[in-house]
Amino acid sequence: MTVTAEVGAPRRRKEDARLITGRTMWTENITLPGMLHLAILRSPMAHARITRIDCAPALGQPGVVAAFSGRDVADVQGSLPCAWLVTEDIVHPDHPPLAVDEVRHVGEAVAVVAARSRAAALDALAAVEVDYEPLPVVLDLEQALAEGADLVHADKGTNRSYDWVFDSGAAGTGGSVDEALASAEVVIRRRYRQQRLIPAFMEPRSVVVDPTGDQYSIWSATQIPHILRFLVSVVTGTPEQKVRVVAPDVGGGFGGKLQVTPEELICFVAARRLGKPVKYTESRADSLVSAHHGRDMIQDLELAARRDGTVLGLKVHLTANMGAYLGLVTPGIPLLGAFMYNGIYKFPAYRFECTGVFTNTVITDAYRGAGRPEATYAIERLMDELAVELNLDPIEVRRRNWIRAEEFPFTTVAGLTYDSGDYAAATDRALALLGYDELRREQAQRREAGDPVQLGIGVSTYTEMCGLAPSRVLGSLRYGAGGWESAMVRVLPTGKVEVVTGTSPHGQGHETAWSQIVADELGVPFDDVEVLHGDTRSSYKGLDTYGSRSLAVGGIALYQACQKVVEKAKPIAARLLECDPADLEFTGGRFQVRGHPDGGKTIADCSLAVFTSHDLPDGVEPTLDADAVYDPVNFSFPHGSHLCAVEVDTQTGRVDVRSYVAVDDVGKAVNPLIVEGQVHGGVVQGIAQALFEEAVYDGDGNLLSGTFVDYTLPSAADLPDLVTDRTESPAPGHPLGAKGVGEAGTIAATPAVVNAVVDALRHRGVSDIQMPCTPERVWQALQSASRSDQQGGGS
Amino acid sequence: MIPAAVEYTRPSTVDAAIEVLADEDAKVLAGGQSLIPLLRLRLSAPTVLVDLGALADLRGVRQDGDDLVIGAMTTYDAILRDPLVGRYAPLLAAATQTVGDRQVRHLGTIGGSLAHADPAGDLPAVSLALDATMEVTGASGTRSVPATEFFVDYLTTALAPGELLTAVRVPNNRVAQGWALVGVAALCRRDNGNIADIRVALANMAPTPVRATAVETALTGAQAHHTAIIPACDRAAEGTSPADDLSASAGYRRHLACVLTKRAITGCIAGYVDET
Repeated sequence: MTVTAEVGAPRRRKEDARLITGRTMWTENITLPGMLHLAILRSPMAHARITRIDCAPALGQPGVVAAFSGRDVADVQGSLPCAWLVTEDIVHPDHPPLAVDEVRHVGEAVAVVAARSRAAALDALAAVEVDYEPLPVVLDLEQALAEGADLVHADKGTNRSYDWVFDSGAAGTGGSVDEALASAEVVIRRRYRQQRLIPAFMEPRSVVVDPTGDQYSIWSATQIPHILRFLVSVVTGTPEQKVRVVAPDVGGGFGGKLQVTPEELICFVAARRLGKPVKYTESRADSLVSAHHGRDMIQDLELAARRDGTVLGLKVHLTANMGAYLGLVTPGIPLLGAFMYNGIYKFPAYRFECTGVFTNTVITDAYRGAGRPEATYAIERLMDELAVELNLDPIEVRRRNWIRAEEFPFTTVAGLTYDSGDYAAATDRALALLGYDELRREQAQRREAGDPVQLGIGVSTYTEMCGLAPSRVLGSLRYGAGGWESAMVRVLPTGKVEVVTGTSPHGQGHETAWSQIVADELGVPFDDVEVLHGDTRSSYKGLDTYGSRSLAVGGIALYQACQKVVEKAKPIAARLLECDPADLEFTGGRFQVRGHPDGGKTIADCSLAVFTSHDLPDGVEPTLDADAVYDPVNFSFPHGSHLCAVEVDTQTGRVDVRSYVAVDDVGKAVNPLIVEGQVHGGVVQGIAQALFEEAVYDGDGNLLSGTFVDYTLPSAADLPDLVTDRTESPAPGHPLGAKGVGEAGTIAATPAVVNAVVDALRHRGVSDIQMPCTPERVWQALQSASRSDQQGGGS
Repeated sequence: MIPAAVEYTRPSTVDAAIEVLADEDAKVLAGGQSLIPLLRLRLSAPTVLVDLGALADLRGVRQDGDDLVIGAMTTYDAILRDPLVGRYAPLLAAATQTVGDRQVRHLGTIGGSLAHADPAGDLPAVSLALDATMEVTGASGTRSVPATEFFVDYLTTALAPGELLTAVRVPNNRVAQGWALVGVAALCRRDNGNIADIRVALANMAPTPVRATAVETALTGAQAHHTAIIPACDRAAEGTSPADDLSASAGYRRHLACVLTKRAITGCIAGYVDET
């Protein structure tokens, strides 16, 4: 029998038929007997005292069963949790799910109506009476930190949430960055702004809570059913065994559903109060204005180098917008980048400082890449600026600084040990695929000819930390949970296999990839494996899906559980084959007596023997089921080189991405088709930050980009065909060699595109353009460059 | 969100529709690509929706003498595929090709777009450039309103309460994509080396689509050569009042109007239609 390896095969995803057609269970599809529908009244004010709120008029509306405000539930609603209090003295304000006395951002929930239909609940919202007394609105990060600034939380006396520092000199991982700056021949100083972004997952958030007896079942469009169960229990004082959380099929998250939301707790409180099942599904408008946003930081950067291009050190100061409160991991998001600002380079001195600031805006929190795109953007933009300063090719300046393949494992100035990689190989491949030299020639010709459409070439050579995370490291960073993952393998009597995973896919394709792993490890057909996830009743142990961790960590747990199944089956197979277990080997899905390749017994044979248990060896437990929990010893470090060419219309400022090449090294690819899909989606979100998306508040704290007309997500028509390829540096600590791919494209793409846009206009005096590089911003950059050129008398 | 409760009628004749439209809080549903989102956001709350979907008379394109008559309920998709439009009003086809996406083009109608009068919409500007005439029916009969008089203000047309746009009349003749920051439609007739007649319409440069009259005046009778065209196009934004909003500043819109007018006229003269 020939056994084809499943791992490495570009299988189409088994979950896609139901996901694409929508013929599946989304939270919004759930209808329970007697279920009430909730509508939430949201604050139109960015900062105000609620001087009066009266829900009684809503009670008289058709179909309305109940209506209440934050004051009605102030004592029982609890405070939304923050699981990552990054410093001992962090300022951490209460965060009531329903505002009680004060609202601190537009879109904050202030009252709830429960009715027999969604329409009736929405109609009745208009009857709730609220009087607001406006308070000063805090929006600008630097003004918020100034002496005497208006305060988001008056009782805290400050808008500063925390200051966090990493210093390589103090940590013993490198030298002093101030010395490096003082002795440098070249210092590049820049300020970059990471604009505010909206995760904009496809499926809006939705929650159903069913109180039956003393049990609470919560269905939620969440990435984190396990964390949600734990925290709902803690926040509401409900015993954990009385809370079941189900994440049914979930339509995307990008970090936006890595949250314990006000809406989840409001539904819980409403269900407990009313004794009936309740459902809330947000509209897109609600989602944009109230679901957490991402990024929103000011980066002040100083890069020290010698004139030969050797980088000597980097100093980073981040001013990070927390929004009005601290969400689940809000303060930690900038810190996920703290260890990545050195990128793929081996310079000897580094200092990172971050200040978290409160403003009257919706909270920021995880968004695809979370900290690492910001870090990569900073270092990759700086490397381009250094190249220009030294008149070097941007590839060459990188080459002179990056870690060489033979230097792995390499401990960086930020204290991480990079596992494996070959930056030169990935870069060479990308250069060839793009046709780099030819494009440089065309660029020179267009500059020479004064073509109104100029060509720019952008480079981004990135790495990232995946596989969140070694629990000890998380502990040292004051994160409130561990980083392990669990898997359970259940072998059914007919030899079919159920896998219960602690990961919680919401579009990633775990059902397919996990099936491929099990098929190889147990020798069962791909289609015989069913992957169960997202229901804490079946999958009671897990830490869910975010941070490119599921395969890198959960995949190992699954592999280990499979090995345990094989070990358990071995004595049973030996009994069936009438031999000594020590003489057996398990290859190609069969137990065979060493040296006798014919015959043998499969896992299915053993599972039937376990089911009957008529003739098991003495002392053998009649089960093949096994579980495993894996806590990683290190992160994994995928890397890659992304190159792109853009055309910039200098008359209108319009940017068109002409070609884009992504060569990623994600270790061993379990399913190359899924890897490619992840790279495509990631790159698109990265390009979107570079060119299209920005969440904008006006001076009163109203979200101007509150619809998809104004928050401009790109569509396929706005994007180029992507060329993708891979190099493969297996993860040394991983039995499958896999590293993680969920965020790679997003991390790499943004600086690649902005570098390209700036490169196109460099000869016209442009050295930076604020993201997103909209036509107007590009045009304005050209205008101000030509103005300063004229003032400077030309150069 | 869910729209507020609303009464719904689907009349089978234009007269019946006019009768319902006597209710001043009635709204016409002509494809719903703009109205339905407004209803869902509860920015619009009419008492009655008058669905024109059953009015077969208002669909389709026919030739009437030297004019094309396009029924108000003709969908973008139908316009795009119509051989008469392709032959006599290719500008309309070109502009329709880039309206929304396939789904929108199958539901949205030309009458709906014109009556909605969004200054960022492409078809209002195109109707100006085409010198179209709107056929309007009300309780007191039928009248014709030239496109130059039809667009009164932001989202406001010359349609009186109770009146219905039934058709668009386009002289046989010959632009633009998406929600435009700025759109330019240009149409010209050459006589030997000169520009005999030129019409330039701008989208999203004012609360209504407007004609770039300074450019038209400067170029009428001028040589069809860039020495005349370029300075004339620098005047494209004269007399306009573009919005200053999240999408673009007024200054940038003025600049774009000049650049795109130059491209549209150059494209026109070269015999093809440039995109904006």
